[in-house]
Amino acid sequence: MVASKLTAATQLTAAPAIDDVTMPPAAKRPRKEKRESLWKDVWAGISSNKASLVSLIFIALLALIALVTYFFPQILPYDPTTQNLSEAIQAPSMKHWCGTDQQGRDIFSRILTGTQISLTVGFLAVAISLVIGVLLGSIAGYRGGTTDIIIMRVMDMMLAIPSILLAIAIMAALGKGVEKAVIAIGLVAIPEYARIVRSEILSIKENDYVAAARIVGDSSFQIIVRHILPNVLPSIIVRATLGISIAILDVAALGFLGLGVQPPLAEWGDMLGRGRADIFRAPWLMTFPGLAIMLTVLAFNLLGNGIRDGLDPKTRKR
Amino acid sequence: MTTTTDILLDVQHLTKRFAGDSSRFKRARTYIHAVSDVSFQIKRGQAFGLVGESGCGKTTIGKMLVDLYGATSGSAFFDGVDLCALKTAERKKYHRDIQLIFQDPYSSLNPRMRVGDIIAEPIITNKLLPKGEVEDRVDELLEHVGLANYVRNRYPHEFSGGQRQRIGIARALAMNPKLIICDEPVSALDVSIQAQVLNLLDDLKEEFGLTYLFIAHGLNVIKHVSDEVGVMYLGKLLEVAPQEMLFKNPCSPYTQALLSAAPVVDPLKKRERIILEGEVPSPLNPPRGCRFSGRCFKKMPICDEVEPQMTEISTNHFCACHLYL
Repeated sequence: MVASKLTAATQLTAAPAIDDVTMPPAAKRPRKEKRESLWKDVWAGISSNKASLVSLIFIALLALIALVTYFFPQILPYDPTTQNLSEAIQAPSMKHWCGTDQQGRDIFSRILTGTQISLTVGFLAVAISLVIGVLLGSIAGYRGGTTDIIIMRVMDMMLAIPSILLAIAIMAALGKGVEKAVIAIGLVAIPEYARIVRSEILSIKENDYVAAARIVGDSSFQIIVRHILPNVLPSIIVRATLGISIAILDVAALGFLGLGVQPPLAEWGDMLGRGRADIFRAPWLMTFPGLAIMLTVLAFNLLGNGIRDGLDPKTRKR
Repeated sequence: MTTTTDILLDVQHLTKRFAGDSSRFKRARTYIHAVSDVSFQIKRGQAFGLVGESGCGKTTIGKMLVDLYGATSGSAFFDGVDLCALKTAERKKYHRDIQLIFQDPYSSLNPRMRVGDIIAEPIITNKLLPKGEVEDRVDELLEHVGLANYVRNRYPHEFSGGQRQRIGIARALAMNPKLIICDEPVSALDVSIQAQVLNLLDDLKEEFGLTYLFIAHGLNVIKHVSDEVGVMYLGKLLEVAPQEMLFKNPCSPYTQALLSAAPVVDPLKKRERIILEGEVPSPLNPPRGCRFSGRCFKKMPICDEVEPQMTEISTNHFCACHLYL
């Protein structure tokens, strides 16, 4: 190695390097070059995109609100569940920033508490469908043949039923309650992930680098984890951030139908549903929970774009 | 012939059929006869060139040798061990010894892995070196293929085709293989880069005592790199001869046609051009007699009926053609 280093150095003095990559540099660059981790890559993607940076801050703020209202509910201006019928249906004012509902509860306090449920539900439901969906999709796409046919036909059957209907059916079997709503919504979204992963794997596994990995002696598991899933990741991430928003909306829809969160607990979708009857008389009943849902969903989608860009070596800025 | 100890790879009657269209309602299954009864030997330290048109089964042979496809029948003796007869676990041990350089430098590198990780992967997967030494080995390999060591932390998309091919070569070298199968390693590259990569392969062969199975469809490439050449047509070997002999004195009419089609640098040089009629027959239903009989310009009645056997027509020069039987 020493000898070849010397020849490289003499070559360089004889003829200047035309191509800085193919010609070894005279002095070796530092051995330990900074190697960014996956999280740094993600951060680079988010921070290079203003919209996703703002979204990240917004989501962090939501998470903070959820934590603080859970552990220190006393900082809320009003108790979110206590009824005060003498102050029912009041328009937004300095006293009640977002007005009050039919039972005289402060909407602003309820929205802040509702963050807990909406965020948890979004993440947990996506986690359920992500784990199961990616697993099933990987097996179907990589194994192919009969395994593929069996898994995908079951997925097709699930897709044939409208998702909310299926979620209601699952809840009918499981019973009412938030945690059951999360499971139902998570299960309903599995086919979406399985299909995306499977179709991506079908094209990725034809690449020569997968063949190269097999020649080198990698096991199927190593090939999936090292070579295939990292290349599927961008589409999964985009779908998952969309999935969080869809899960929040679905929980809202189930809440609207009276299946999700049980009163008097505060949840955005439930608030939306209960405000519907008075939309013309008291528009603030629906406006503020609706805004909260919309902003959260938007933030997750924009954040997803940033993460995807960060994970793609081609779009990453250096 | 030379003694058997000199032979690193001895391929005997290797055959590969792919199941064609397998409709449940059709009685007879159709087969694509990709490689039929191919036999050749590669001597240690030499380069064996395999030429032929697209679809003649060259790549299939390469992929069978690295265990990407299983052989339908026949055997491939590597250092005296029949690879085709080994069970999966036993077969895996030979992954170290036989490596493949791919044709397409764009699809052969994982776009989400850094160059250093790509090259280190064979070493880490097979636990060839302790963790601390892997990085040094990667640097050494990069140096061998003419890349600077700091490219380790870059991604494949930052490189040109020729540089990517060098990375692929470094990956193939990482496990110190004995045999490298070069599957048209330069056909996707510019002509100027082709020469660089070919010279690099040549140097590495000397340096590490490698043996090559060089698959190509360009005769000029084959002439440049190989010691011995096999000419394939529709899954069959038609002629095997040392490089000089084959280029000076091609025996099979197909080889003659192939050579006459190769461009010559001298524009004043008059040469006879053999232009073949027709198309390559479908490998689903290859001709009964000689595979080349339908397009041969020296065809005799027997060619349609009997398949010619490989015979030694002069020392080390083998040809499967009724003209010499």
